[in-house]
Amino acid sequence: MFESKSGIFFVAGLGFFGLSFLVMAVLPWTIYAGEKELDLNELAVRGITHEFVDLAERYPEQFKKHFGEVSYESFSEALRIGHRAYVAEACWHCHSQFVRPVSNEDLRWGPVSHALEYQNVLQRPVLFGTRRVGPDLIREAARRSNDWHVAHFWKPTSVAPASVMPSYRWFFDAEGYPNKKGMAIITYIQWLGSWLEEYPYFHGEGPDVAAPAPKEGAS
Amino acid sequence: MTTLAASGAIPRSLETSVAGELVDRRIVFSYLVASLFYLGLAILAGFLFSLQFLQRYPFEGIELFSPGRWRMVHTNGVAYGFIANAFLGALHWAVPRMTLRPVLHRGLSWFIFWAWQVIVVSTAGGLLLGQAQALEWGETPTWIDPLALVGLILVAINFLVPIARTQGPLYVALWYFIAAFIWTILVYAMGNFLPQYFVGGAAAGAIGGLFIHDLVGLFVTPLGWGLMYYFVPIILRKPVWSHGLSLVGFWGLAFFYPLTGIHHFLYSPIPLFLQHGAVVTTIAIELVVTTVIINFFMTIVGRGDALRTSMPIRWFYTGMVFYFTTCLQCAFQTTLTFQKIIHFTDWVVGHAHLVMFGVFGFWLLGSMVYLIPRVLNAAWYSPVLNSWHFWLTALGTLIMFFDLLVAGLVQGFMWRDLAHWDDSLVASMPFWLVRTFSGIMIMVGQFLFFYNVYMTWRWRPPVSTEAPPTPVMPQQPAIA
Ligand code: HEC
Repeated sequence: MFESKSGIFFVAGLGFFGLSFLVMAVLPWTIYAGEKELDLNELAVRGITHEFVDLAERYPEQFKKHFGEVSYESFSEALRIGHRAYVAEACWHCHSQFVRPVSNEDLRWGPVSHALEYQNVLQRPVLFGTRRVGPDLIREAARRSNDWHVAHFWKPTSVAPASVMPSYRWFFDAEGYPNKKGMAIITYIQWLGSWLEEYPYFHGEGPDVAAPAPKEGAS
Repeated sequence: MTTLAASGAIPRSLETSVAGELVDRRIVFSYLVASLFYLGLAILAGFLFSLQFLQRYPFEGIELFSPGRWRMVHTNGVAYGFIANAFLGALHWAVPRMTLRPVLHRGLSWFIFWAWQVIVVSTAGGLLLGQAQALEWGETPTWIDPLALVGLILVAINFLVPIARTQGPLYVALWYFIAAFIWTILVYAMGNFLPQYFVGGAAAGAIGGLFIHDLVGLFVTPLGWGLMYYFVPIILRKPVWSHGLSLVGFWGLAFFYPLTGIHHFLYSPIPLFLQHGAVVTTIAIELVVTTVIINFFMTIVGRGDALRTSMPIRWFYTGMVFYFTTCLQCAFQTTLTFQKIIHFTDWVVGHAHLVMFGVFGFWLLGSMVYLIPRVLNAAWYSPVLNSWHFWLTALGTLIMFFDLLVAGLVQGFMWRDLAHWDDSLVASMPFWLVRTFSGIMIMVGQFLFFYNVYMTWRWRPPVSTEAPPTPVMPQQPAIA
């Protein structure tokens, strides 16, 4: 078997791969199989963010042209397009989307990520990411104002002088207003983490939550 | 390789007289040229992206030059352009010579050649036009995925049929090739279709990790080691030291390698017991790797002069040293202790460059240094340039590796200590500058090589029309 063609083909080739597939893919798959994957509509009805409404008020003409009214439909549409741009521009190669339980990450960004947060179509394929050139974004919602993001996408160094993030001029129209893609990506970014109960207080904007409460039972 | 292999089973006279017709030299050369073309492109893309990190991006604000998109051209260009093409070229040389049979169908080979170039070019085009898929190394736009899969299946058929028809014991290299063909198909199908269409969320993260890792472990690694088991004994003119260790190496790799994928997402929302499992198998892999390394270094004992006299051997063994380094690094960085600090930092980027370029890139470049004079029937235009190529590339890679390693530690500790994000960027900047310069060294090295290949091709002797080209080659490749 060890040196025969069929041994190599069937045991090493098919067999070992199959084994790893069972352990490393099918197993986690079945663990979460019972959890429903939310579609865009279900995500939208969970709550339209303040920032989406704010975009509509700030850029009424442009908003009307691109998305019409503020509604569940337009919100889910914006999320979809924003997510698409996030993937296409490879934002996920510079930004992760999970907060780890180590290295003080919960102090920096907020609650540690939970598996069920990722059971939705906007995490398909999942956007965990592997490199943090910029900060994690899974708790980005409401951390910054829309205006900040507009300035940031136009010229990141204008708000963060040491930034090495690219400027995304094509998220803007000829007059310098965010275009459809621009509004969509801001909507998407401002939505990340908005589903948490702690939102938006994990940014320390609420009463006294900047320092996390001592863990119960911690000695 | 077994003693049955390089020397014994096939009388040398027979081998040389049939090899000329067995091997389609033109296709080997075409693959190598395509591979070098994408290598140049991928390196330029990487260089461009590195300028972004110095706040000196030359094409700021132009959509087609979006740095993130070029970053994907860099990684995909290396994997599917440079590495895949170079492997296919080398396989078209090695497999017919080891099986004593041509590939299943030469027309099919050419069809695959052109189809693969179309796939790679459309991948790059699709990425630049913003059609990426959110899967590391699987960014290939979704409409190309099925085509690429068909391509891989055809490749497997073209090579597996002659391998299946051989009699008697198999070369070790062929064990690796057989396994690699089947694994590549399975891995590609799993990685590109499951997370996109069937599985979502954290479970898809597990599959994504499996995919990135298997692409290295089950496509690139077995083909790379297969080539080493083929080239090293031939060039050194002696069998591989221990057949037993060859067996241990192959089966150990086959068993443990696929079980490590989740180590890419430690401390992630993937179930912790699976993460622990992946840590253990990753450390086990290091033991297996050590056996392979011992086997190859015992093989060269007594022939150490080859490191000086044979350029391919120098590339191969430097790559093996790097291989051992990266794998040793794996065994540490996979531990949860290391992960706290180094995950998400440039440490990992340094690691990736050492694996993909320092190991497999080196092996493939070494193979090219061996193959190109043989397929062109011409001596190297300039052995001196070859030597410059080696030293610039080797030093550049080493500098990049250590630079990013340290950068990663600086970043990791600053983040843990809750430094302001901008401060961690300021601290990283000098490292990124060094990284760009080491990249320029590598780039210059490659361009010297391209020039050398071009001149070798240009001054090759004309192919005589009467006799088939004599496959008798200078016994030692051009020396430095
Ligand atoms: C080359 C790597 C890189 C790419 C690509 C990149 N970013 Fe960034 N990003 C950074 C860096 C570095 C920072 C931190 C400095 C700053 O605020 O600009 C950052 C910061 C951010 C912030 C602010 C986070 C905060 O609250 O401090 C957001 C939001 C953001 N990026 C979104 C994006 C989006 C959306 C994309 C894709 C369209 C993207 N980034 C692409 C590197 C990158």
